[in-house]
Amino acid sequence: MTAVHGDATVQSAIFRERGGLAGSLSDIFWRNPRLLLLLMLTPPVLWLGIIYLGSLFALLAQSFFSIDEFSGLINREFTLKTYGELLIPANLDIIFRTVLMAAAVTLAAAVVAFPVAYYAARYASGKWKALFYLGVMLPLWSSYLVKVYAWKLILAKEGILNWFFAKLHLTWLLEAWLALPVIGGNSLSVSYTGTFLVFLYVWLPFMVLPLQAALERVPASLVEASSDLGATPAQTFRNVLLPLAMPGLAAGSIFTFSLTLGDYIIPQIVGSSRLFIGQAVYAHQGTAGNIPLAAAFTVVPIVIMGFYLWGAKRLGAFDAL
Amino acid sequence: MRTAVLFSGVSRHFGAVRAVDAIDLEIGEGEFFAMLGPSGSGKTTCLRLIAGFEQPTGGHIEIFGETAEGVPPYRRNVNTVFQDYALFPHLNVADNVAYGLMIRGIGKAERRKAADAALDLVQLPGYGSRRPSQLSGGQRQRVALARALINKPKVLLLDEPLGALDLKLREQMQEELKSLQKSLGITFVFVTHDQGEALSMADRVAVFDAGRIQQVGTPEEIYRRPRSRFVADFVGSSNVLPPDFVAKIAGQRKWASLRPEALRFVEGGGHAARVVTRSYLGGQTRVALDLEGLRLNALVSSTDMLPAEGATVRVDWNGAELHLMEDAR
Repeated sequence: MTAVHGDATVQSAIFRERGGLAGSLSDIFWRNPRLLLLLMLTPPVLWLGIIYLGSLFALLAQSFFSIDEFSGLINREFTLKTYGELLIPANLDIIFRTVLMAAAVTLAAAVVAFPVAYYAARYASGKWKALFYLGVMLPLWSSYLVKVYAWKLILAKEGILNWFFAKLHLTWLLEAWLALPVIGGNSLSVSYTGTFLVFLYVWLPFMVLPLQAALERVPASLVEASSDLGATPAQTFRNVLLPLAMPGLAAGSIFTFSLTLGDYIIPQIVGSSRLFIGQAVYAHQGTAGNIPLAAAFTVVPIVIMGFYLWGAKRLGAFDAL
Repeated sequence: MRTAVLFSGVSRHFGAVRAVDAIDLEIGEGEFFAMLGPSGSGKTTCLRLIAGFEQPTGGHIEIFGETAEGVPPYRRNVNTVFQDYALFPHLNVADNVAYGLMIRGIGKAERRKAADAALDLVQLPGYGSRRPSQLSGGQRQRVALARALINKPKVLLLDEPLGALDLKLREQMQEELKSLQKSLGITFVFVTHDQGEALSMADRVAVFDAGRIQQVGTPEEIYRRPRSRFVADFVGSSNVLPPDFVAKIAGQRKWASLRPEALRFVEGGGHAARVVTRSYLGGQTRVALDLEGLRLNALVSSTDMLPAEGATVRVDWNGAELHLMEDAR
């Protein structure tokens, strides 16, 4: 030991010297891990707390104001009058229509996504897995507007889908479908069926990916054990796979459900001219200048999602988390 | 004795890999049968063929006289205790145990009663409402056992069920499994790579290597009279003597095995050997010897006056202990 006491740089044969500002900072952070955590968390928490949630609450506050019908000016006094307006039949229609569409899209997305996600989680490996991710993500790389307009062309009366049905001599089937009340229409591109198909296409990746992640965490031996204990594949699906995939289904359905609730472009381009919540918000805050009613409409999806999550929790969707 | 499981010329090839290759095997009813072998030797694939998770690519399998090919696992009266236990994480212990009964549509009250009885059997009374994640490895193993036994299988398959347990628990479970098998009278087929486990628990042992069975016999036959070098090597770390050496001492040019406990130190006669290392094992000590360039292990009682490392000693053995092997592999 050759350390000279009182000297500023005590040489040690055991501990390596780590000089410089970076070195002493690392040492300080190592001794105070909470300090590092605080430094790392402060910017995102400020962003989330003030800019993100703050502006959301500012918007929600607007929903408790009302609009003066003569002058068109906003009356900044607390009132529930705007919420009352949501309950008039025309607006209730919009809400029901949107919720039904979101539910149908979510259900269909789950049904379509499950086999894909199951295959990817259980059987695909190596380059097939890469291909799966590519296939699921690829549509997300192109512009949403381009995809929606492409679908308008596909679904149009002169579009490829009609041509395809004609080639298969199934035009009668398509026409029978379009003749159905509510979901039918002049052509697919101006019917609810068309809106539904485009929603399903655009949001499907958001269902596939969480579902695949959840299924990947289910060991193959659980499926074998269920089969070993006498369960047919259908029973295994109901008693083992479905409950264990629930967190993924819940996560995916939160995406598909809330994205459909809030979207205002797809129903405007593909579908009948009847409004969805997103379009109502767009119309009221824009041309109509009725910010309070637009804000009140915005609250609707938030409340619905709140109930949705509460219900999912009650049903035990998050038990396996 | 009826035949529980019959393999005739059974193969399971995965492309070019012959996981199981033309195996003949007969397991009797009520037998405790061990499949012993190194990893990748095909023993687990054999188990999966009995369970129905794999289908043979060749040959014929019968379970209690009935053809098993094409019968899915859920129609076989055979249950498995998985290596990782495979307990359902979203169900509590009682629901895990009663899973097979629930599938068969048996009522809740009856299920509850049967699950309690099964948990008593594996000495986990009162654990029904716990989650699998709250149990230790040994407890999970018992739950997996109860879950399989509640279905009253004709054959119980155990895939390295003790592998994840620590030594003391493993020894305890070995005894419990053995007595459970005796009292229930169910055919147990047990896969392990631990020769000690196979020898101590099984009525008969099949030694696997590279997709084939090297030898089937009682633990004593396997241990005392290994058929091939592989069996002698793998079971009980016998000394394997090459043909040149055997020709000198026994007059026959054959591979031979000599159990380490057959070697003893003598004053005169025998063979001169040098002590390489000594390992104290408690009651016994293993002495590694160098005999004319041949490495021999001797297992002697620790109470003896043992030669020091590097010392030259004389060793001998009873000629009857030298076992000539038929198979040169």
